[in-house]
Parts: sequence; structure tokens; C-alpha cells
Amino acid sequence: MAMVRMMGLAAAGLLAIAAGAAEAKTLRWSSQGDIATMDPYAHTESFTSNMHHHIYDPLVRRNKDLQIEPALATSWRIVEPNRWRFTLRQGVKFHNGNPFTADDVVASITRLIHPGARARGNLSNVTAAEKVDDFTVDFVLTGPYPLLLNDLSGIFIMNKAWLEANNAVVPGNTTTGVTTFASTNANGTGPFVLETYQPDNRTIMNVNPNWWDKPAHNLTRIEFRPIRSDAPRVAALLSGEIDMMAPAPLQDLARIGAADAFKVIEEPSLRLIFLGLNHRAELQGDPGKPNPMKDRRVRQALWHAVDLDTIQRRVMRGKSRNVGTMVAPPIPGYSADLDKPLAFNVDTAKKLLADAGYPNGFKTKLDCSNDRYIADEQTCVAIAAMWTRAGIQVDLKTQSRTTYFPLVDKGESDVYILGWATLPPMDGYSVASALLHSKTGSLGGNNPNGLSDPRLDDLTKRSAVELDEPKRRAMLTEALKIVRDEAYFIPLHQQPVAWAMKKSIEVPVFADEYVRLWFAQVN
Amino acid sequence: MARLLLSRLFQVLLVMMAVTAVAFIIFRYVGDPVNIMSREDASVAEKAELRAALGLDAPVIVQFGRFVGRVAQGDLGNSFRNQRPVAGLIAERLPATLELVLVATLLALLVGIPLGVFCALKPHGWLSRSIQAVSLVGISTPTFVTGIVLILIFSVWLKWLPSFGRGDVVRLGWWTTGFLTTSGLRSLVLPSVTLALFQVTLIMRLVRAEMLDVLSSDYIRYARARGLPSGYIHRKLALKNALMPVITVTGLQIGALIAFAIVTETVFQWPGMGLLFIQAVSFVDLPVMAAYLLFVGAMFVTINMLVDVVYAIVDPRLRTAGK
Repeated sequence: MAMVRMMGLAAAGLLAIAAGAAEAKTLRWSSQGDIATMDPYAHTESFTSNMHHHIYDPLVRRNKDLQIEPALATSWRIVEPNRWRFTLRQGVKFHNGNPFTADDVVASITRLIHPGARARGNLSNVTAAEKVDDFTVDFVLTGPYPLLLNDLSGIFIMNKAWLEANNAVVPGNTTTGVTTFASTNANGTGPFVLETYQPDNRTIMNVNPNWWDKPAHNLTRIEFRPIRSDAPRVAALLSGEIDMMAPAPLQDLARIGAADAFKVIEEPSLRLIFLGLNHRAELQGDPGKPNPMKDRRVRQALWHAVDLDTIQRRVMRGKSRNVGTMVAPPIPGYSADLDKPLAFNVDTAKKLLADAGYPNGFKTKLDCSNDRYIADEQTCVAIAAMWTRAGIQVDLKTQSRTTYFPLVDKGESDVYILGWATLPPMDGYSVASALLHSKTGSLGGNNPNGLSDPRLDDLTKRSAVELDEPKRRAMLTEALKIVRDEAYFIPLHQQPVAWAMKKSIEVPVFADEYVRLWFAQVN
Repeated sequence: MARLLLSRLFQVLLVMMAVTAVAFIIFRYVGDPVNIMSREDASVAEKAELRAALGLDAPVIVQFGRFVGRVAQGDLGNSFRNQRPVAGLIAERLPATLELVLVATLLALLVGIPLGVFCALKPHGWLSRSIQAVSLVGISTPTFVTGIVLILIFSVWLKWLPSFGRGDVVRLGWWTTGFLTTSGLRSLVLPSVTLALFQVTLIMRLVRAEMLDVLSSDYIRYARARGLPSGYIHRKLALKNALMPVITVTGLQIGALIAFAIVTETVFQWPGMGLLFIQAVSFVDLPVMAAYLLFVGAMFVTINMLVDVVYAIVDPRLRTAGK
């Protein structure tokens, strides 16, 4: 009798499980940004790319550990230094049922490197994609290029037949005023199918039952609602109108975490915050005199005078990690030996200043954004106070990012706050090419203040074409060592990324701040 | 009347040109769209090329000329942010804002006028005094505070009403309406109350002051002396005359409401034009900003013109003076 009852219970349990599997699992979430366009090649915005990744697949993608793994391409090899051969996955179907072949890859890459495509800079080293057979494609490059896979992990593959049928072969572009069918519609191979896209209102996706990969998620539907301001977004979570918010504002984490039904997940982000310095002949803050920051001892003094622990505790509420280098631990080129800030010591700072011939300090500008990085304004206010204690006269100015970055770009600043996450390639080369190399041609795009060190230029150029990975990483580490030894930048901290969600939801948080809902579980 | 309209139309054009010119001068200080549109590690050449393609390398005066030329042809350009035609974006957002403003205005009139009349008729009663006191709070609390407090009470604690968005909408031609669904109506409550609060206080105080003024005038005293019923005096004689300035103010306030809706729409993530503008500002989306300012300018002048016309219709003395 007992046996029969137990079997009955087991059967009921099985039924419940079966019913649970068929049940709708909707995840409603919100962020401050919104999808700018559905056309993957018509923008360069990381949040929009992030959302596209749910609908479109790239040839290679990042796994749970942010390592590159096969997606629509199953394998690849370097045929010649400037020719890579990719073998494509077979049996993949687009959402409208069209089969995925080499033609789609060629059409996508051609569309991406079209002069009218806004995103063509994302794949600037590729000159053509050539079909070898139905499931083999060659990528032709301008020269040896070690980061092709990194680039391709952000390039989504579209369907040739769909583009042609909808007159969307030419990418949409702001400047020409071209808006295509693909700007508001999508047909990818990804884990979710777009149902509704209403800009600034809602985007709804349903699970793709025919996805080529075995889903690690249990969602049937995603409802995304952008909410611009922090307070209403938190309110929407607490009132149960959304299930998750990413990111969650730092000042509300304690409140959300204290509520019974919610949890907060924090991870160190890839984004490191540092201060850039003026390396030119004169300071903006004190024109007509030689620039004290040309002297390594002065730069080191500035570093010694920053009390990172206090900033970490008070300004960042204990959520950040102090750093001594310019890339985060998961990034190629990182070395733990370099990741040690100069010790906070006002006396050391004063002594170094005196040794350099500035016993009474000097005058400098400090420019900061107030809406770009977490607590950026407060960080700068704190640093200005700390430098004042070391005898330096600081002229602090904080402003919105829309006016701040043009100012920095024009080199009109002496000391400026900057965050760098090495995205999208997730590689130390991003720092070397944009920040460390002298500003020439396409290199040094974010080096506006005259930093020029032949050793850094040389390492950047050589690492750009080095296909031997250990050698390449050693070069990047060497460049970062020079930067630390010379105190060319003053690294501050690694930003946290925090998401808040209902306790019933499991979503892994990634250091690149990407939301990857194909790993989400709703219980 | 025709001359009045014509001269007004000419003024409209002048005002619009001035608004656009001022907007273009301000645009130089809001930031650089090229920076925001580019990848973080975009090269200098890439940025320069984009700047040239957007026409932002030309002097401001040339950009202004081009803009006016395009607008004259009915082309408002494309948004830098989502690359869609600005005219379409505005048309898409207009219903949300207008419905919100309509409800808020009705709310303000339906609550404000009776309260004002009541306070005028019983100026020394304790209820009038407390209404007056509370109205001070209404007039001095910033909209975003009211909005957040309402969200906290009715969404987070009581969970009665949605805290953001417009709910489900029904499409009628190009217009989308939230009036026809339950969730649409529920979503309207908090934002429209927030938006109306200031107006309620304003209209109430205005009606009260005007009523007190009219009630102490000679013809009301005559009417009282004639022994006319007090209901007739208050409604037909006093209120009707007291409402004249209310018409003006309400008309002008509709314009202000559409403009002030920026804050309310941001707090409630209301997908209207205010939100569109705020997003455009943070993205330095110049075409959208320019078009929005142009639109708001046009709206203000049009409303002003309409109010003048309505005045002329309501008050025969003005009509003769106009001729």
C-alpha cells in the first residue's frame, strides 16, 4: 500500500516537472539604455550589440569565462598570414527558416565593410570575405593580425536572401539618411526571435526552438523595458514590474539587497579608471612655464599623494578594487606583478616634488566627467583635496560627458579621468594602440596630451602583427611595465558591475557588463 | 480678423527663426555627437570622416543655413541616435505626450475650478484655509519629487498602479491611444496626477482670486440687492466673468505642460516627446533637439494665437478693437 502511494506521489511529481517545463518562463528586465537600431552594422554602441547578440549569432563567441569559442564557425586556421579559413557550422537555420551557408557570411561581411556602414571600423583589418565552398569562407586581411577572432566575436551574421528580399543589402546609415527594413526588423540564427521592437518603450523576444546550440537557459520569453533614470528603475524592480535590472545603481544596492525578494550580484568589471596626464611642454593650468609633469618624479609624487584606500572605502563604498596597472586581470597583457599601486604617502610625494625642484608644488587643472563612470565626480573631488594636502594647487572642473570628452580629445586638459575596458576586443592591445602609442594616423586615438615614448610605439607596432600569442602578450606586459615605471598614467580602481534581480532568477554577471540571457534561469 | 491672423503668422515665422538660431548657438556647447557616435577606440581619421559626413565640420552659420533650407522643404533630418527620420519619431511620440497633457489639463480644471470657487465663497472657513495651505505644498514641490513619492506609495508599497511606461496601447491610424485599455488607463493615473498637481494649485488660486474680485464688484452687489438667488449669482454672473483669465492661463499652460512633461516623462519613462528630447540631449542628437525646439516653439506661438482668437470671440470688446 505504502509502495503504491509512493509510486503515486512519484508520478504526480513527474507530472509537475513536465508541467513546469512547458510553463512560460518570462524574464522582464530593464536597463538605462535602449537598442539604438536593429541593424547590427549601423551603430557602434555596445549595449545595442549586446541586445543583438540574443537574436544574431557571431562566427565565434565568448563563453561563460569570456574565452572565445566556436559559434557559427566550428574551426579556423591561418592559411597565410593575411588569409584565415573558417569552417562553418552545418544545419543552422535563420529564424525565417532559411538555411545558413557561406553566402550569408560573405554577404554579411561585404555589407559590414561597405563604406556606408557605421560599424565598419569594428572589422577594419578585413578587406574581403571569399566563399571557398558552401561551408568554408576565407577572410582576407590587410596583413598579419592577431585579434581577428576578438573582432569577429562582435560581428553578427545576417541572412543574404532576407537582406535581398527586403531591399536591405546596403546598410542603414545616419549620414546618408538610409533606413532599411533591417533597422527595425531582425532575422538571425540566435537563441531568441524578435517579436516586437518599440524604441524607448519595449522589446520582446521569444525563445528560438530551432537554435543550433543546446540552450543553457530555460526562458521562453524576454521582455525588455528601458527606464532611463535610476530611481524609477529601482522602483519598477521593487514593485515587481520587472524581474531584473542591469546595471543597478551603487547607492541603491544596500536597499535592494535588504528586501526579502531580491538579491544583488556584484563582479569586478573590466573597466579600469585612471588619470591621464599632460605630457606637453606647458600645462594648461599654468601656461608660460615648463610642464612639471615631464619629470617622472613629479608624476610619481602625484601617484603617491592619492589615498586610494580612502577612495575605495568612502567614495566607492567598498565596491571597487584598487589597481596599479591599466588592464583588468582577465585581459591578455595583464601581469599581477604590475598591479600594485604606489603606496599612499604624502611625505614621499612632497620629497619627490622637492627633488624635482617644486618644493612648493605647482598649479594644474584637473578635469572630470560627472556622469560617465561610477562616482567619477566624487573621486575627483577627493583627489583634488589629497593633492592640495601635498602642496599642489588644483583647479578642478567637472562636467557632463557630452562636453567633457571633446575637451579631453582636444588636449585642453592637464589631468583627466578616463575609464578603459578594452572593449570590444578584450585585449591589452586596445590600451596600447589607443592610449599608449603616439598620436599618429590611426594609432593613439585616445592619447590627446602628447604622450610619446619610442619604446611604447615600437611595442605597440610589433604586437599588432605578432601571431605568436605568448610573445605578443609579453610585449603588451612590457609596455604596461614601462607605463608603470614611468608613471605615465595614474591608475585608480577597477569599477564594480552590479545587477539586481528577484531571488528566483539566476543570471551570471559578466565583467564586460554584457547581459547574456542565454545563460539565464527563471525558477 | 484676417489681418490679426496674418500679422500673427508673420510673428510665428520670426519667432521660429529666432528659436532655431538660438538653438544652433546653444548646440555648440552641448557637446560633440561624433564622440558619442564613435567607438571608444575610434581613430582620429574615422572621427574626422564621420564629422564631415554629418556636415558638422562646416561653420555654425552654414549648418544653420542648411538646416533652415531642409526644414523649409519639410525635411527635419535623421536622428543621430537611432537613424530614423525625426519627423516620424516626433509623430510617434506626440500621442503619448498629448494624451498625458490632455488628462492632466482636464484633471486640473475639474479639480481646480470647484476648489477655487469654494475657497472664494467661504474665504474664512477652516476647510478653505487648509485647502489653501495644502495647495502651497502643491505649488512648491518639484515635479520629480511628487512623481517619486507617488511611485513609492502607489507602486512600491501598495502595488496598485504601474510605476512606468504607457501600458498597452491601441493603434488608430498613426495615433496610438492608451485610453482604450485597462493597463493604458492605469498607467495614465500617476503621471497625469503628477503633471496636474501644479496646475490644480495654479488654477485654484487663480479662480479664487478672480472670484473674490468679481464678488466684490458693483454689479454683483446690485444683483444681491435685487434679491437674485445666490446660486444664480455665483454661477451665471460671477464664475463666468472670473473664468476669462482662466482660459488664457489654461491655454498657455497647455504649452508649458507639454514642455514641463519632460520631467514627468523621465520619471515615469513615459514614451512621449519629453523623453525623446532628454534622450537626445544625453546623446547630443542634434537633429532631434533642433526639431523638438522648433516644435515646442511652433506650439507656443500657435497656442498664443488661438488664445487671442478665442478671446476675441468670447469678449466682443476685443473684437471691435481688432478691427
